[in-house]
Amino acid sequence: MQTRVPLRHPLTSLAEQATQLVLFVGDIGILLAQAMGFVFRGRWEARETVVQMALIGAQAVPMVVITSGFTGAVLALYSAKLMLQFGVGSLAGGAVALAMARELGPVVTGVVVAARSASAIAAEIGSMKVTEQVDALRALAVPPVQYLVVPRLIACLTMLPALGMLAFVVGTFGGYAVAVPIGVSPTSYLLGIRELVETYDVFAGLLKTVVFGAIIALVGCRAGLRTEGGAAGVGQATTNSVVVAVLLIYVANFFLAYLLFGGR
Amino acid sequence: MSGQPVAQTAVRVSDVWYGVDSRWVLQGVSLEVRTGEVFAIMGPSGCGKTTLLKLVGGLLKPQRGEIWIGDTEIARLPEAKLTPVRKRVGLVFQYAALFDSLTVYDNVAFGVRRHITRREQEVAEIVREKLAMVGMAGTEHLYPSQLSGGMQKRVGLARALAMSPNIVLYDEPTAGLDPIVAETIDTLIRDTTRRLQVTALVVSHDLTSVFHIADRIAMLHEGRIITCGSPEEVRADANPVVRRFLQAGGILSNGETTMSGA
Repeated sequence: MQTRVPLRHPLTSLAEQATQLVLFVGDIGILLAQAMGFVFRGRWEARETVVQMALIGAQAVPMVVITSGFTGAVLALYSAKLMLQFGVGSLAGGAVALAMARELGPVVTGVVVAARSASAIAAEIGSMKVTEQVDALRALAVPPVQYLVVPRLIACLTMLPALGMLAFVVGTFGGYAVAVPIGVSPTSYLLGIRELVETYDVFAGLLKTVVFGAIIALVGCRAGLRTEGGAAGVGQATTNSVVVAVLLIYVANFFLAYLLFGGR
Repeated sequence: MSGQPVAQTAVRVSDVWYGVDSRWVLQGVSLEVRTGEVFAIMGPSGCGKTTLLKLVGGLLKPQRGEIWIGDTEIARLPEAKLTPVRKRVGLVFQYAALFDSLTVYDNVAFGVRRHITRREQEVAEIVREKLAMVGMAGTEHLYPSQLSGGMQKRVGLARALAMSPNIVLYDEPTAGLDPIVAETIDTLIRDTTRRLQVTALVVSHDLTSVFHIADRIAMLHEGRIITCGSPEEVRADANPVVRRFLQAGGILSNGETTMSGA
């Protein structure tokens, strides 16, 4: 016998999605406020924070080096050839470095860490939630936000800019490794960077990574703390955290680019 | 029913209602646990036992009713103000809920370091004493994944006791354990309750265990308390639901119809 799925009014579905969105934004806001409250009161776990900095920051170095290095190389491959044809090969270094500082370095770093760490955060906290370890924290009078969210948030806020800086440097030298054999002189590549890239570009790019870090930590922690339904729930939370974090990074990137570089 | 409970009452639950997804899990539950006793709540799976325990532990909030821990009403207390109450109430979870990234030592020391002392020598003394009390001395360096279910529960009990609570809540302490280990856990609950002069609230569907350890027993059925009293009084209860449950659990034989165990 075929079971009939009752038809739902499209407006009902839309209203539900809008409610979910409002709940999500509210959850993230509350989580951020609570976490910052613990940070400013000096109530954070130093040991756990160092562990998270190693997991989120140090262990992501190889991935950031590889992805940003090849991103810079590809960028140089397209741009250096074209610039040489038009007689402005000396700007190739500047073009690659500017793109890496403002856009590609922060975004590549954000996406790589989101893929690696938002999922790991959601999976770890999610499995703690379904095995009652989060309840055990509360029963021991230790707020889960203090023990679980604050260390991950601090780790993301501090490690993402460091990784972003690494991505900028490695990406720029990835471009160098490709642009020089194509015909751009080493000196003009480096002088082009000095010509086009300002300190503001680098620091504004790093500011983007701070926002991306907050997104990764809060989305991952929120997904973990909201996990329900055993192993399947943990899997779902893990997937959702990566999807939502990457989407939010792209959306935030547009607005940050508009705010930071819109008038330049 | 409201107002401050008398001093001999460690826990008082008064007309508590708790619902999830438009379904009432608990419907007007009231009970009193006296200081120093082992009070057991029995009932079939899904009747709301663990929910009631989590309400008493302050992990859930009821929609209606009052929950008193000593002289503090916790049902309306915000999360931040529950800390002093939680320090007085230890909770032993059904599957121990040990922190799997920490060793046995760090699990037991977890609450001690944050609420009792930061001096590592004193922490180590407390940890060693509590682990010895539950028969787990020498396991400090092991991780929870290296322990059996019974050992994990004992470490969970040591972690709860390390905070020197007045009240210990046990969620299905013998579930999933073989009869010998279950008996060890039962003995441990009785011994620690007597030795440390704490109050124990145990929820379980293991009737052998309940009748072995409890001073008083209540039965929860479909979100309501349907009997409450000493083991003898519960055994003699004429309520057919109680009798059927006790017969199924081997406490009453099928032939027993009235007052047989009293």
